[in-house]
Amino acid sequence: MSTGYKASRRNFLKISSLTGGGLILGFSWLESEAEVTAIINTSNFAGNLQFNNYLSIGTDGIVTIMSPNPELGQNIMTSFPMIVAEELDADWTKVKAVQAPLDTKAFDRQLTGGSGAVPHSWKRLRQAGAAARQMLIDAAAKKMNVMNNEFTTENGFVIHKSGTRFSYGELAEEASKLPVPTDVKLKEVKDFKLIGTRVKNVENRKIVTGKAGFGLDFYRDGMVFATIQRPPAFGSKIKSVDDTAAKAMPGVTEVVRFGNNVAVVGKSTWEIFKAKKVLKIEYEHDSKLESTADHQAIFTEMMSSDKPQVKRKDGNVDAAFASAAKVIRNEYQCPFIAHSPMEPMNFFAHVREDGIELVGPLQLPASSRAAVSKLLNVPEEKITVDITRLGGGFGRRLKSDYVLEAAELSSIIKKPVKLIWSREDDMMGGSYRPAVRYRFEAALDASGNLIGYKLRGVGINVGNAVREDNFPSGAVENLLIESVDYQSPITTGAWRAPITNFLAFAEQSFIDEVAKAAGKDPFTFRNELLEKAKTSPVGAVKYNPNRFQAVMNEVKKRSQWGEKKGVHQGFSVYFSHASYVAQVAEVAMEAGKPVVKKVIAACDCGVVINKSGAEQQVKGGIVDGYGHAMFGKLSFKDGVPQESNFNNYRLVRMKEIPEVETWFVENEIDPTGLGEPALPPTGGAVANAIFKATGTRMKNQPFIEEPLFNKPPVKSSVKPSGKPA
Amino acid sequence: MPLYTLNINGEKMQADVAEDTPLLWVLRDHFRLTGTKYGCGIGQCGACTVHLNGNAVRSCLMPVSSVQTGAITTIEGLSENGDHPVQQAWEEVDVPQCGYCQAGQIMTAAALLKRNAKPSVNEVVNTMNANICRCGAYHRIREAVIVASKKI
Ligand code: FES
Ligand code: FES
Repeated sequence: MSTGYKASRRNFLKISSLTGGGLILGFSWLESEAEVTAIINTSNFAGNLQFNNYLSIGTDGIVTIMSPNPELGQNIMTSFPMIVAEELDADWTKVKAVQAPLDTKAFDRQLTGGSGAVPHSWKRLRQAGAAARQMLIDAAAKKMNVMNNEFTTENGFVIHKSGTRFSYGELAEEASKLPVPTDVKLKEVKDFKLIGTRVKNVENRKIVTGKAGFGLDFYRDGMVFATIQRPPAFGSKIKSVDDTAAKAMPGVTEVVRFGNNVAVVGKSTWEIFKAKKVLKIEYEHDSKLESTADHQAIFTEMMSSDKPQVKRKDGNVDAAFASAAKVIRNEYQCPFIAHSPMEPMNFFAHVREDGIELVGPLQLPASSRAAVSKLLNVPEEKITVDITRLGGGFGRRLKSDYVLEAAELSSIIKKPVKLIWSREDDMMGGSYRPAVRYRFEAALDASGNLIGYKLRGVGINVGNAVREDNFPSGAVENLLIESVDYQSPITTGAWRAPITNFLAFAEQSFIDEVAKAAGKDPFTFRNELLEKAKTSPVGAVKYNPNRFQAVMNEVKKRSQWGEKKGVHQGFSVYFSHASYVAQVAEVAMEAGKPVVKKVIAACDCGVVINKSGAEQQVKGGIVDGYGHAMFGKLSFKDGVPQESNFNNYRLVRMKEIPEVETWFVENEIDPTGLGEPALPPTGGAVANAIFKATGTRMKNQPFIEEPLFNKPPVKSSVKPSGKPA
Repeated sequence: MPLYTLNINGEKMQADVAEDTPLLWVLRDHFRLTGTKYGCGIGQCGACTVHLNGNAVRSCLMPVSSVQTGAITTIEGLSENGDHPVQQAWEEVDVPQCGYCQAGQIMTAAALLKRNAKPSVNEVVNTMNANICRCGAYHRIREAVIVASKKI
């Protein structure tokens, strides 16, 4: 529980130094003298009085709350201000959320990734709201010349016990001159009024009227447009460039080669897109050009490598497997996939003599600035970064490649430039979810207990292919987790729920197999292991078995596990990015093929901040997990991606989605994120349901390529709903 | 280059562009009507959907020369105060995630409701299937179209 958290000055300074130089969110004024007026910089807020880096309150009562983290659909621009407004007891209808530019002095962890924003900032945001609330109360006390413990606050008002009320607007000026309290009391979870309710996305109005302002929507008078031809094959480089035809195209102002890029610069997007097509570039390869078939061979080789990285080793697996009554073994594999955010990569850069202006969609603005600073040898203080709304990220915008391209190009042509990737560039331009293969082995004793467990993950540019401390580690006496990586010219990167987006599918499918081999219900089998992790843990246990069990129980109840007729249910549960999510998928047979009808999800992400946003994240995560498990695939021939746009790279559409039911386990635990955790369990729940329905185990993604889905259609044998098929 | 006079959101607008320039880029680059989005450029995603004489069309595939005197409506011109029933429903149901696809979704839905004010769920799904939402906001998109149909 997080009540009565002391925001002492010393405490802040201590945390500040731990975060590596950045000042603590919302309290940078604590570094100066406590008596200093709390108005720091009102330039952004004409007529507003700034209480701290998070919020300012205008004399009209409008509360402006800065949203430091990039918004890409995880709804942080709504949930962060909600947290501040809760402790402030603000009137939500008078709250305005504003995207903050990159400002490492005012904010820390100004990034979007790893579902980490809420856990990181939960207390900081609450303290910011609570401190401002206290200052408003103090101002009222001063006005009435009474003690400050005679007041309460409600919905934008400070209320004296006599009934006298002051609006926040009328107190704002006085309050902002008061010393900042160093010890504020936070609310009890049970007293939350805003947190836990359904609050709509604060940017809805802008979005539905077409005014949301994504990176691609940024225009600056006098800027030029640019598109880049990158080497089409991973592992190749430029041999020669003939840009005569491209230069002669209307609207083209210059063609610039830098590194292995050829940029076509001009007056409009269409003109440069057209001119790019007439570039004549010869390439030569500087390393082997890989095809998907090569990757198969590479996987197989890595599976027998005698030099794996041993990630975790408990007990003696060899002895356990030698004494096993039953051994189960299986391999699972996934291809590369692209991130395909709806808004393709793009960026605006203006490199001037006196500094650099960067504007665009970024998940990691600070590292993009650092990269540009290094590349162009310009100190970071001379680089400004404005973060636009992101048309999706999914991990792709953690990278700075497109930022560096824009900045380098602007520095060469000495013009403000907007770089635009076409969809084809975006899909074929790299930074994919790595292709991975997993081999699982399980040893069961005669009573069906899991006595040995082995996992080897091998991948292409995967880094660590496994998550060695994830379940069932800690619950198995003899365990060995290994990883092998292969360095390829094909670039990879974090893809929503990195590693676990596929590992969870493989693991949860395999555990289903093992449970079946042990003759146990999948819930019972996992429960036994979780009990073991509680009562006689083996090595470190880095998850909470009770929280695991709570979501399992919830989903079991909500799905009426094993009681429904006419559908085949599959179960999976996963802990990732600090949240626990259990899912049951329901499959019906239609025309001889399995159809996923529904997914029921139970989540434990601690205190739910915004019910509407949370449900949306879970539904979106499940649709994403389902869609990519079912259809996602990027293949290669001689280093060139074979899928180039949405005509041959299939994304899930409305017709294909299952219904989704979302449940949250209620508790008072500090909140954790939801941008990722609902995705990993989906593939496993679906695969396990397909197995129940058909007896066929999905081992490779995308499922749609399994023969099961490609049988010639048979006449429908579906009876009216509610009856068994 | 030819000078085209287009009828956009009830206003006459002029652009001096090559005849094969897609309407999408004329709207965005020349008129700075950036609500209409670029997603794929090949008619697959629907992010660029606008209305031509009330029908949903993919502006990425429509050469400016083919527009002629047709009445074009973009998301900016769908309603005067952003209160078209579909826009209202989108807010009510709290549809957007990243929001990038939503202008196209709204334009597709508005055109559907214009020709069929009371579509069945199936009709909604069949029509909206043409638009991709990478964030997977499909459940709420579907719900919002039905909510909007009740307001018409
Ligand atoms: S951009 Fe026109 S359909 Fe995708
Ligand atoms: S809301 Fe992000 S693509 Fe639809």
